[in-house]
Amino acid sequence: MSYDEWFREDRLPHIYCAGCGNGTIINCTLAAVDQMGWKKEDTVFVSGIGCSSRAPGYILTDSLHTTHGRALAFATGVKMAKPAFNVVVFTGDGDMAAIGGNHFIHACRRNIDMTVVCMNNQIYGMTGGQGSPTTPRGCLSSTTPFGCAEPPFDLCELATAAGANYVARWTSYHVKELEKAVKVGLETPGFSFIEVLVQCPTAFGRRNKFRQVMDHVEFLKSHSLLKAKRDRMLDNHEHVPEDMFVVGELTKRNRPAIGVKP
Amino acid sequence: MTRLEFWQGNTACAEGALAAGCNFFGGYPITPSTEVAEHMAAKLPKKGGVFIQMEDEIAGIASIIGASWTGARSMTATSGPGFSLMMENIGFAAMTETPCVVVNVQRGGPSTGQPTMSAQGDMMQVRFGSHGDYAVIALCPATVQEMFELTVKAFNLADKYRTPVFVMADETIGHMREKILVPDSVEKTGRKPFISGTPPFRVTDPDLIPGFPAFGTGQHVHVTGLTHDERGYPAATNPKLHMALVQRLVDKIENARDDMADYDVVNPDAEQVFIAYGAPVRTVMQVMHDKKDNNVGFLRIRTVWPFPEKALAKFKNAKRFLVPEMNLGQIAREIQRHVKVPVVSIAKLGGELHTPADLVTALEEKA
Amino acid sequence: MRHEIRFSGFGGQGIILSAVIIGRAAVMYDNKFAAQTQVYGPEARGGASMSQVVIDDEQILYPKVSIPGIYVIMSQEGFEKYGASAQESAVMLIDSTLVHSRPKCRCIEVPATQQAKQTLKKDIVANIVMLGALVAATHVVSEESLKKAILDSVPKGTEELNLKAMQLGLELGKQP
Repeated sequence: MSYDEWFREDRLPHIYCAGCGNGTIINCTLAAVDQMGWKKEDTVFVSGIGCSSRAPGYILTDSLHTTHGRALAFATGVKMAKPAFNVVVFTGDGDMAAIGGNHFIHACRRNIDMTVVCMNNQIYGMTGGQGSPTTPRGCLSSTTPFGCAEPPFDLCELATAAGANYVARWTSYHVKELEKAVKVGLETPGFSFIEVLVQCPTAFGRRNKFRQVMDHVEFLKSHSLLKAKRDRMLDNHEHVPEDMFVVGELTKRNRPAIGVKP
Repeated sequence: MTRLEFWQGNTACAEGALAAGCNFFGGYPITPSTEVAEHMAAKLPKKGGVFIQMEDEIAGIASIIGASWTGARSMTATSGPGFSLMMENIGFAAMTETPCVVVNVQRGGPSTGQPTMSAQGDMMQVRFGSHGDYAVIALCPATVQEMFELTVKAFNLADKYRTPVFVMADETIGHMREKILVPDSVEKTGRKPFISGTPPFRVTDPDLIPGFPAFGTGQHVHVTGLTHDERGYPAATNPKLHMALVQRLVDKIENARDDMADYDVVNPDAEQVFIAYGAPVRTVMQVMHDKKDNNVGFLRIRTVWPFPEKALAKFKNAKRFLVPEMNLGQIAREIQRHVKVPVVSIAKLGGELHTPADLVTALEEKA
Repeated sequence: MRHEIRFSGFGGQGIILSAVIIGRAAVMYDNKFAAQTQVYGPEARGGASMSQVVIDDEQILYPKVSIPGIYVIMSQEGFEKYGASAQESAVMLIDSTLVHSRPKCRCIEVPATQQAKQTLKKDIVANIVMLGALVAATHVVSEESLKKAILDSVPKGTEELNLKAMQLGLELGKQP
């Protein structure tokens, strides 16, 4: 089997804009799922509301497209009722970190056995570009017309602090690394969280000096700082530039988990 | 066979759920429903079921909807503030035709109100509380025995009609202890089987209820709260499809009104007729017992939604209906919609059950 | 015959449990009907706690206590809040160690807390002493049923202590 056998062909084409990175993330996720050798009937995709959350609708398994922010709470019900299922959640920065923030930290705390792929485009894309909890300071959105004044969440630090067993961050540029990280996440018992910074040319790029899709992808690439390199810099007391973000495997541990497959 | 117990209403509710085969409880503790969660926490794991205390009531109902799609008989229990939080996902359950049971042990509202006192203030919220059009099934127990029996019934109705079903109890019955005869076993009816390979939301039966394609059975069903076609795929901008879907969701319940009707008629020839559900039933029964007056009738309702309007016609000589409720006349207004004679609301707020004297006074007041 | 009994004291004395035990004795062992209710305050300890039970030979329709015929009062605050308005026809059992007021109705003074402390070295069983006295004075349930209901309700390992407390109460409540 290959990843494209996991698509619902009768649902294509998808709704994503030209230049959107969500398709890349879905492909990487399905490639990792495919490598796990999982059966479709034992696998459930769950999501909330937003661009990211349309993903399960394109995947040929049982899938639950729920209410805004609540994907992890629904997924907790699915997984606890049937631990034999493989549960994967697609979510976004608005869905998971704003309205769903409480469910996020509690799912991490429970360390419930599921893998969460968060497509972080730093904006509410589907509804026309409103600011989200990960919109960087100074960035423009329809609700931060003078530049975002609030500091953003670091979702990975949040997941680590709240208790997740596996935490990684990559971007839509790093397809090989992302696929591998998702696979490690799927293999790790407990809560696995993979944040993927992704370009949104329609809602974010257009307002924030990334008129060309590749300009934003290039930015994501050039501003990624590998965790190993960052750690070396810190050891050497070097200055870590503030506009860089850390990518790589940030947390991997084996804390007690719930809902683990028998 | 039955066995004798002296149980609290909330215990009887939890035991009814266990007898009905409930194997998943997700919820958040809130007075005066907490004993239901506590009892499930103690008992469910021993029966191979799952109890999970979620981070809030939004997550509580979300978890039971998720569990239901795996085939579990799932349940949550709450009271006013938690019930308010659940509203969005109650609409999701109605839209996605997810069987589940929600117990609301009602307390005084609005807001935090009277956490430890009794009320029936959520009777309209249960009917209309989530956005958009839908229909619900709501049952109101008036005894500890009925806390058990109506909880069992709620699971059967939820499965049969593929919809959330509400046990709308009140603090009076939830916290009261009294005699109950617990049956050794109860009737359990399951979900309509799904015909493999057919579109998951296709309806061919006149009851308008689709078969249930549980997760894990290879049907690859997509469940969404968006307006969806019979394949379950989003079709949110299709006006005709939306109209047909919502109409069916309402009709599958409203058309079955008579099948679900559950009420007792006492003295159908009476001119003055009490109508009650939940705790005030007990006061009406006391007044009926004490007065022994054939000219006073009583309609005791257990299925409040869908409202059993045909029951009203049984009282052909009724000159007025008297409706004691622990709210400001929520169901009295529903009754007035169906009858031409006056409907007198005997409203009582504050958390205390109507006394027999309250009802006698209302009865003796001239129309 | 319908008996309406009200218990009051401070939170932590086992006021609610007392009503539950009497109700349980009536339903499970005396083949009667009972309905037990309570008032919940926000305090888990302290404050004035109140619980009530209706006992009847017939099915209980209205489950609340309207006019208590029997009171069991175990704190001064409980007396003031829930006992002072007792009708003259009522009978009130008072823990005379803790309540200094006396009602207008017939009053049976039971030094339950003092006796529990002195004789049994555990004032925690004062409520069970009061139950013994209640049954001796009013016979709302039988002694045997009370004993069984107590054994159903108390923590494992405390059965003997509680039965001694009941026996002490039965003696203290005996009316001439």
